[in-house]
Amino acid sequence: MLPPQGSAYAAEVDTVYMALFWLSVVLFLGIAVCAIGFAWRYRYKPGRVTPHQTHNTMLEIIWSVIPLLLCIGIFFWGLHGWMEAAVAPGEAMEVQIVAKKWIWQFEYPDGTRTVNELHVPVNKPVRFVMTSEDVIHDFFVPDMRTKQDIVPGRYTQEWFTPTVLGVHHVTCAEYCGKGHSDMQAKLSVDTDADYQKFMETGGTEWEDYKNNPAAWGKLQWERKGCSTCHSIDGTRIPGGGPSWKGIWGKMEEMNDGRKVLVDQDYVIESEDFPQAKIVKGFEPIMPTFQGLLRSHERQGIIAFIKSLGNDPNGGPPAPTVLSLPPKPQPGQQAQGGAQGQAK
Amino acid sequence: MEHTLTTQPHTGDRPRPAKNYLNAEKGIWSWMTTVDHKRIGVMYLVGVLSAFFVGGIFALIVRLTLLTPSHKLFGKVLITAQTYNRVFTLHGAIMVFLFIIPSVPAALGNFVMPLMLGAKDVAFPRLNLASFYLWVLGAVMAVCSMIFGAVDTGWTFYTPYSTTTDGAVTLMTMAVFVLGFSSIFTGINFVATVHKLRAPGIGWFDMPLFVWGIYSTAIIQVLATPVLGITLALLALERVFSIGIFDPKLGGDPVLFQHFFWFYSHPAVYIMILPGMAIISELIPTFSRKTMFGYRAVAYSSVSLALLSFIVWGHHLFVAGQSQLANVIFSALTFLVAIPSGVKMFNWLGTMYKGNISLETPMMYAISFLLLFAIGGLTGIFLGTLSTDVHLTDTYFVVAHFHYVMMGGTVIAFIGGLHYWWPKMTGRMYKEFWGQVGAVIVFIGFNMTFLTQFFLGSQGMPRRYYNYLDQYQPLHAFSTVGSWVLGLGLFLTAANLLASLRKPYDAPDNPWGGTTLEWQTSSPPITHNFEDQPVLEKAPYDYRPEPVAH
Amino acid sequence: MSTTSVDIHQPHGHPDDPHHQHHFATMEQQFDTSKIGMWLFLATEVLLFGGLFVGFGLMQARYPQEFVEAHEHLQRPLGALNTVVLLVSSFTMVMGVLSAQRNDKKKLVLFLILTIICAGIFLTVKYFEYSHKFEEHLLPPRWYHAQPGDTVKDPYTGQISHGYGTFFAFYFMMTGLHGFHILVGMILLAWIAVRAHRGEFSKEYYTPVDLIGLYWHLVDLIWIYLFPLYYLIK
Repeated sequence: MLPPQGSAYAAEVDTVYMALFWLSVVLFLGIAVCAIGFAWRYRYKPGRVTPHQTHNTMLEIIWSVIPLLLCIGIFFWGLHGWMEAAVAPGEAMEVQIVAKKWIWQFEYPDGTRTVNELHVPVNKPVRFVMTSEDVIHDFFVPDMRTKQDIVPGRYTQEWFTPTVLGVHHVTCAEYCGKGHSDMQAKLSVDTDADYQKFMETGGTEWEDYKNNPAAWGKLQWERKGCSTCHSIDGTRIPGGGPSWKGIWGKMEEMNDGRKVLVDQDYVIESEDFPQAKIVKGFEPIMPTFQGLLRSHERQGIIAFIKSLGNDPNGGPPAPTVLSLPPKPQPGQQAQGGAQGQAK
Repeated sequence: MEHTLTTQPHTGDRPRPAKNYLNAEKGIWSWMTTVDHKRIGVMYLVGVLSAFFVGGIFALIVRLTLLTPSHKLFGKVLITAQTYNRVFTLHGAIMVFLFIIPSVPAALGNFVMPLMLGAKDVAFPRLNLASFYLWVLGAVMAVCSMIFGAVDTGWTFYTPYSTTTDGAVTLMTMAVFVLGFSSIFTGINFVATVHKLRAPGIGWFDMPLFVWGIYSTAIIQVLATPVLGITLALLALERVFSIGIFDPKLGGDPVLFQHFFWFYSHPAVYIMILPGMAIISELIPTFSRKTMFGYRAVAYSSVSLALLSFIVWGHHLFVAGQSQLANVIFSALTFLVAIPSGVKMFNWLGTMYKGNISLETPMMYAISFLLLFAIGGLTGIFLGTLSTDVHLTDTYFVVAHFHYVMMGGTVIAFIGGLHYWWPKMTGRMYKEFWGQVGAVIVFIGFNMTFLTQFFLGSQGMPRRYYNYLDQYQPLHAFSTVGSWVLGLGLFLTAANLLASLRKPYDAPDNPWGGTTLEWQTSSPPITHNFEDQPVLEKAPYDYRPEPVAH
Repeated sequence: MSTTSVDIHQPHGHPDDPHHQHHFATMEQQFDTSKIGMWLFLATEVLLFGGLFVGFGLMQARYPQEFVEAHEHLQRPLGALNTVVLLVSSFTMVMGVLSAQRNDKKKLVLFLILTIICAGIFLTVKYFEYSHKFEEHLLPPRWYHAQPGDTVKDPYTGQISHGYGTFFAFYFMMTGLHGFHILVGMILLAWIAVRAHRGEFSKEYYTPVDLIGLYWHLVDLIWIYLFPLYYLIK
């Protein structure tokens, strides 16, 4: 009935939930047995006279006071659990979250940034300081039983101590438009060693793709949120950007009339400064990925775009073997990182 | 088929009058210019049922889209995410503002309430007609907003999404603004009617409980709706003139909008449910042939729910970023709502105890209501409790909860009331058998559709989602099949009621043995309601065999 | 239970008074009912403005300095003049109702016209105030131009703070909604003045005069709150 428990707090919420559940079942059955039982036991017989019972003060007081006491008890029980969730411990690690249509951007204490993929060490409290760049979003981690709206123009907080290794689901729970249901992220709870390794390389997974950069690029297309706006089958996603199919090496016309060759430079520029050149007929809506992509991830994306392209002129070659990346430099953030280390 | 009524119909010794409110005047124009509360009630009924039909079609589209995660039927994608967002927005906005809010008060209340008070009309008949035309204007504006660009904000219009998205949001908010004034005028009219137009002998505690419910509702309509009006006006001005109150880019506060919005919309929940409860308080004594148990407690509970409804709005904002202290206070206040709701439930059951209960169609709906509203109310406790609410809010659990209250509560009561007063309104009896079959199918279909959604929500499925994880597919598919069963039940019910209109008048004046004044006049009533001024001789719901002098 | 034969055709038996509606038993009941209706309507008006007052209060808490500086751009003497004009109009309205109760048709028409004239003066003054605001670009945030004396800058953009424009957004919304009510009041007053001139009112029936009087007092009362809120804040 409930999702797996990812933290000690989740177990506490579940205790309240299950208690309320069984209380509701008992009360519901009581009401149902009365309603259906009376309808059967006192079913219509012509001429039967019913007693004239107008009220019974004692009975009415009893059935007002008992629910009241019950409600007071439940209120304090719920309050107790919630108080614990309200305040993060002082030593908690802090992760900044910037939510925007329709991606999650995470920034770790050392400045590393990831998109739609969140790594935290196991058994350590983490506190999230969150803000939005456009509309209201909501950081919902069902396995942790935590949820908090992310409001533009202010910072909100959420925290938990993950206790279960593995991947948990992060999902946006406040309606934010077309891509609302695609605004997902993976929360990976790592051992300390894995977490350290992730901090250095952005994860070990890329090694499996060393010899297949295009597949690696496709993975980035899915994970970094590119797929929300860019199709790979030539169709145009409404309110999105150009499809990636067949664009490699093409001369594209921009909305100011310029013609631009789709090559490595153009792709990298579009990732970092998406508003610099807008393809004719599209809106300038893409968020910047500056500081969010490691170089092997960029290489993968370029290889992937190239693998989709069939322009006769070809284009500059894409890499065939991935090289281990340097870490993205936290210094070179664009406007997306305006919140920086703000507290 | 013969009516298999277990009650002996009181036909009385009075012949059916040749002229009644339906045939006294003829032609469309006589309807459009009428100030007769009964005709206005019937026009509202046609209007709100049309809105229910349109909103229901949108609901079926939503469910059909969610049948599979790929949204494909016969290999074709049904609708895109953008269209899906528009469809669920229109479903919500139409159902709330065009259907449920006016359903019981403006349609049934307009027809029945003056009859129950022994009055000839509502206090301000022309204002009554004006509020109907405002409803029509609002409905037309809402339809226009669908045609000219649609709206994808959700029925709650949360800022800053609603101030930045494309589409006809401004027109839609203005439509709701106009509908709000329709509701305000109805409320003013009903409060004045209850205060001043009771027949001789009807004191406050001789009023039928339906009137108490409508009266409490009217108070909320008068006191809460203006705030919605000004909130939506501010939203429209924010869109057009960037006044900087809700838009954070201009230094505004988007959470302020939620406070303003729910300051109206939580009382609006009681505008919707109180009349439903009021209908049940009529049906249960009538079909149990037993006096209402704890009449005063039920009457007071309606009023106290109306008052409490104004101080619990913050429970919609537990995770929205309001202060922690506010969360605690609003959670505590919210639990108070459980008490009067529980009192009503126990009094209804107490009325059935040792009754003489027959299960005609309206009573089947009344028992459905008791079961469904019990689930709706009990799941409300999960959402009022702080720690569980954080997990459950904004998920399908909330969707299921408010459908149990709004649809399982109000709409079921509305359909029950419609069957109860149908003979009085139209002068015709529907086929009892098909009415009962419809009630059973609606009950089964409703539970199939929405009980599953509690489990979806508990598992963490957020609401307003177009794409969803594969693991939720079986429950979604079950819910979608349930929506078809529900649709079938409602279709059967509608066909049964409409089919009765083809017959000549055949309804007795008092088919169910009701004790309230509306059963004392002919079916359908004459234009001025009563041949002679009715005088109350016995409190309502007095089923003692010997009349007792009052 | 049965109906008794109290003669309900008796209400039609007020043949002397054409204003008596058939669904009321007596004129007195009709008058009381109308009054309840009007009071309820006024309650909705108070709540309608109440929402704006709350919004203003919250924005003032957010931009205290801006609001104080922005209010210096309003023309206080004109606001004070309008306050006096409306107070006078309330007085003439009361006298009008009193004249109706005393069956004094001439004075009733006179006082109604005086009230309309006061309302006209109010709107004329408002027109000059508004045109001054438009010329100086004292407008909602998007069109607001910084004035001498505006000191607060937005800490992020370095531009002039939005608070000034928000002050004027609320100024226009609240005085605009109030002005709209004055306009509606003028139309209603003109309508009952014509009816009074035709001799439709008497001490037995003057409900419309009384109700519109109530409405007019509420509109004045709202201005009594608006004036210090906008022109005198410190």
